Amino acid sequence: MSGTVRLLLAWAALMALLALTLGAAFLPLGPAKPWIAFAIATAKAALVLWFFMEMRSERGLARLAMLAGFVWLAILFALTATDYLTRAWMT
Amino acid sequence: MTDEPRFEHPPEEAATSYLADGYSLRSWFLTTDHKRIALLYLVSITFFFLVGAGAAALIRLDLLTPQGDLLSNDGYNRAFSIHGIVMVWFFLIPAIPNVLGNFLVPIMIGARDLAFPRLNLLSWYIYILSGLLTLYVVVGGGVDTGWTFYTPLSSVYANGAVVATIVAVFISGFSTILTGLNFIVTIHKLRAPGMTWSRLPLFIWSHYAVSIIFVLATPVLAITLLLVAAERLIGIGVFDPRLGGDPLLFQHLFWFYSHPAVYIMVLPALGVVSELITAAAHKRIFGYWFVAFASIAIAVIGFMVWGHHMFVSGQSVYASAVFSFLSIAVAVPSAIKVYNWTVTLYKADIAIDAPLLFALGFIGLFVAGGLTGLMLAMLAIDVHVTDTYFVVAHFHYIMVGGSVTAFFGGLHFWWPKITGRLYNETLARIAAILILIGFNITFFPQFMLGYEGMPRRYHVYPPEFQVLHVISSMGAALLAIGYAMPAVYLIWSLLPGGRRAPANPWGASGLEWTTSSPPPQHNFIGQPVVVRQPYDYPLAHPVSRDDG
Repeated sequence: MSGTVRLLLAWAALMALLALTLGAAFLPLGPAKPWIAFAIATAKAALVLWFFMEMRSERGLARLAMLAGFVWLAILFALTATDYLTRAWMT
Repeated sequence: MTDEPRFEHPPEEAATSYLADGYSLRSWFLTTDHKRIALLYLVSITFFFLVGAGAAALIRLDLLTPQGDLLSNDGYNRAFSIHGIVMVWFFLIPAIPNVLGNFLVPIMIGARDLAFPRLNLLSWYIYILSGLLTLYVVVGGGVDTGWTFYTPLSSVYANGAVVATIVAVFISGFSTILTGLNFIVTIHKLRAPGMTWSRLPLFIWSHYAVSIIFVLATPVLAITLLLVAAERLIGIGVFDPRLGGDPLLFQHLFWFYSHPAVYIMVLPALGVVSELITAAAHKRIFGYWFVAFASIAIAVIGFMVWGHHMFVSGQSVYASAVFSFLSIAVAVPSAIKVYNWTVTLYKADIAIDAPLLFALGFIGLFVAGGLTGLMLAMLAIDVHVTDTYFVVAHFHYIMVGGSVTAFFGGLHFWWPKITGRLYNETLARIAAILILIGFNITFFPQFMLGYEGMPRRYHVYPPEFQVLHVISSMGAALLAIGYAMPAVYLIWSLLPGGRRAPANPWGASGLEWTTSSPPPQHNFIGQPVVVRQPYDYPLAHPVSRDDG
């Protein structure tokens, strides 16, 4: 598969996921709604990283740098969650 | 003393210095030479320092009387907002990395330039663009949100040029990210033969650590501020509870960037001070690896402490306990550095020149700022002094007493290398002492004011606080004289007839002192090869300042 076709397919997948995001916003999914939105967003980010940012052909240090980004994102989410998940404990 | 050379490279021949390599405007504004770009930054940040200082002068004058006789309520809000925004994003954050870092990172590792020279120039143009937009805000009505842009004040109620300011800060972030990217790649890829990681100067380690923060934290600020602008303009519900948002989410995202931003200001300063201390002591730094990894530890743990800005915001007390513990933990690597500098100076043959005086001033002020930071990390004390002048004094001790003092120390230390000229050492020593005294008279009373209950961001206050406010304003005048002095004697040194600097006026180690002052266009004649450890004193051929 040529590079251009691969990128076009990745773009088409992103558009499909965008449609899915929009559709999911109107579905009565209850408490699962944000988690489904997060999952779709993660899939989009993975596509961008893997194909458009060419992580599929990178090795070593570049992948480590990418991983660092995720670790920092995890810090942001985890420590923010220490607030949101424990607010209800305060009465 | 050994006769072995520290570095092996071809002898310096008479080469055209980077300053003599073209005198046209084009040769400056389209240069890709990291040294010239550093000077472009030096002039730019000095200008913005004056803008921020002008706002500070208005604030201190207004606070001379309890009634706030000089400025209106709105005018006062605008003055402290512009002071904070300009000083943080247009002076403190770029000061050491973009001036000293830009000049020194390639030279210290034996490279010809940064990895992406054009990107470096682009970074300066982006900085200027964002700075111009900020100036537009200053003359076009100002902004009254404070530098923190807290919601819902910024997203709903503020009536200044909020969106323009947000766009300016957003744009400046790209300049920061590009600089960080450039430093990381340069340090990884362009080190001279023999310049292993264990031989990196500590200035480089601290710039590596700060570059990590540049790249990983700045995008979060960019997105957060864009969300504020979007909420203000089109009412999306991210931070507004009426639209399903949460105002505390803004504080989480903002401080995820802005607390590490404090380390953006301090980490390069720590690197500068490590160089100044070792050069003055003529000794290898005590515990090289501890100091190096303390920088990395501060960069990483610094990302986990942001919640201490939110102890009284309504954040869960359980989260506050976690953030309190982590905030206390980040003091450990900072303390390691202070102890190691002190031990390095112990029984050393110390040269008490101006750079060391700045470095010693830094250590004292950094310790005072750090210890009061520990107080603020404790929940009970923080509740008492939140949003008071105690906090104002604390962060000025770190950001001004720490970063600005180190910047001045670094500027004095490397001025002979940057310009090829020696300044008046006596005046420099007087300025260093004056800055230390002026700073303490300005900000120490603010600890007392805050502890007594004087809130920050108010210009009308009970009369019993006036004495301390007047003392603080008098100190600010002294501090201004201290800051103005270097501008005079440093510029004076550039005039025809100024004393020429030798290659190594301090008898210091480090690759930058092996090349001529000022360095040639590509930093070295030929490729330097590093054969010894860093801070490998005593030097083979030390050259004292007087030999110059």
